[in-house]
Amino acid sequence: MIDTQEAVMEAVPVRKDVAVEVRELRKEFVLRDRKKGRFGKRTRVALDGVTFSMERGETVAILGQNGSGKSTLVRLLSTLLLPDGGSARILGHDVVAEHRAVRRVVNRVSVEASFFKKMSASENLSYAARYYGMTSKQTREKIPAILGRVGFPHDRRDEPMENLSRGMQQKVALARALLTSPVVLLLDEPTTGLDPRSKLEVQDFIREIRTSHDSTILLCTHDLGEAEILAERVGILDRGRLLLLEPADEIKQRYGASTLEEAFFAATGREFEAELDEDDDREVMA
Amino acid sequence: MKALMGTMRAELVGAGGVVERNAYLTKRYIWWDVAWFVWTVANTLTIVFIAKGIEATGGSLDVNATMTTLLIGAVVWAYLGILFEFLMETVAWERWEGTIEYTFMAPLSRAMHLAGQGIFAILYGLLRATFLFIICAFVFFDLVIPDANYVAALVVLMVASVSFIGIGMMMSVLPLISPEKGTQLGFVAQGTLLVVSGVYYPVEVLPGWMQAIATISPATYALDGIREAILEGQGLTAMWDELWPLIIIGVVSIPLGLWVFSRGEQYAKKHGKLKRSG
Ligand SMILES: Nc1ncnc2c1ncn2[C@@H]1O[C@H](COP(=O)(O)OP(=O)(O)OP(=O)(O)O)[C@@H](O)[C@H]1O
Ligand SMILES: [Mg+2]
Repeated sequence: MIDTQEAVMEAVPVRKDVAVEVRELRKEFVLRDRKKGRFGKRTRVALDGVTFSMERGETVAILGQNGSGKSTLVRLLSTLLLPDGGSARILGHDVVAEHRAVRRVVNRVSVEASFFKKMSASENLSYAARYYGMTSKQTREKIPAILGRVGFPHDRRDEPMENLSRGMQQKVALARALLTSPVVLLLDEPTTGLDPRSKLEVQDFIREIRTSHDSTILLCTHDLGEAEILAERVGILDRGRLLLLEPADEIKQRYGASTLEEAFFAATGREFEAELDEDDDREVMA
Repeated sequence: MKALMGTMRAELVGAGGVVERNAYLTKRYIWWDVAWFVWTVANTLTIVFIAKGIEATGGSLDVNATMTTLLIGAVVWAYLGILFEFLMETVAWERWEGTIEYTFMAPLSRAMHLAGQGIFAILYGLLRATFLFIICAFVFFDLVIPDANYVAALVVLMVASVSFIGIGMMMSVLPLISPEKGTQLGFVAQGTLLVVSGVYYPVEVLPGWMQAIATISPATYALDGIREAILEGQGLTAMWDELWPLIIIGVVSIPLGLWVFSRGEQYAKKHGKLKRSG
């Protein structure tokens, strides 16, 4: 905790080509602990001194087991959580002190495509774009264009979202994120739970964004293959610590593994499927 | 300067987006709203009938005036209900759908976000209140209120709405802190506010301590002003003694509401209360 604070003090010089700069980032959650009595509390460390940076235009994939802290990292970068130590900057703007500036340049897609389910795709995108200052004149052409680009069928734009499949909803979520032309795009398991075809479509689209936009992409995923094809560098997050962040080939070399999966197991020292959390109080998160 | 203008423009567009979102939702749930409106009408009628009941059982009172007084109380009750419901829903509904994280990570300021929510609530609440009043006063009961100054009544209600929105902002933070039960507290606020404000009776019948609270409740002045306008046909100049307290309470409650909300938002971000899953 102490050295975390010190790390903040040494101000980091901001380079122009750096899109994301994370220093000793720490987040803990306070949980109720019944074993310690009625008002018992304990803390769970979700991120434990994470440091890395991403260049503009770079795609980085973060792998990690359930509960390793991937979503927490994404939420800290999108100003939805306040850190307990360390700092994070996006295009040089601090996520806490300059959250307004950060919000303008960041957007996010999460596992769950969250929408007003009774509203249509166009309606959901339309009001969301206004929050970023886009007028109806600006979105009138842009929304259909962007829905077209993610491969959303033209004739279903006005149907309530609840009628759409998960794959379809996830495409709309991608469209919503892209609509605001984010410089930094945070993708938190965008393909989890999609069928193979939808998965490929979404992956293709992410690849297209990489080439056609100047976006910097942070992709959290459980899909090792996806990480390997889409990202220039792959990071492994384990119980809140970033073990490494380097090109997939180097990771494989480092562990003398032939696949990224083998390397991942070697790095984390556990089976991929194993739940690491000893927690029995998941209800706090509900 | 140019950057400032750009930001202000973006903020206004954003507030418009909140209104737009509510318009879409209202459109999609319109039949539920109609059903809910029927409930409101029924509820209002039960109250207004009280005056007839008293007369029928031998009490002596000016039935027309009493019915109008009760009707105004019930309409304000319903109006406040809609205002608070919309503001509470700022957080509660979005949390349920999971959109809250997307709304809270957008660059739109919280002040303009809540303003958009408040503006829609006022417009929609006013529409419903007007229908409710017309249906009860003229379709069901044929109330005789020839002197009514509707413009003055409307102005008083609008000025009071500023304070109502401020109070609603303070309330709407509760679902951030307690996602499951926070919303219910909106009803608590609505009820407590109105019981001290003389919703169906003069404030003078209340115990002293309640009367004390009544002096800082915007609803007290709103009810007084509207009754004077509708029953006695008073104009705005005669109503200054209701308007100035309303203006003062409004000027205090909006910044206070925003402050309370932002404290709640900080708390939620510290403890990870915004998320629903993932
Ligand atoms: N809002 C919260 N309240 C309490 N604990 C939380 C909260 N969010 C995350 N945690 C805890 O922090 C740790 C990291 O969670 P996080 O959601 O970041 O993991 P993840 O890597 O995204 O996992 P998954 O692969 O399951 O999505 C977990 O132990 C989790 O239980
Ligand atoms: Mg996650």
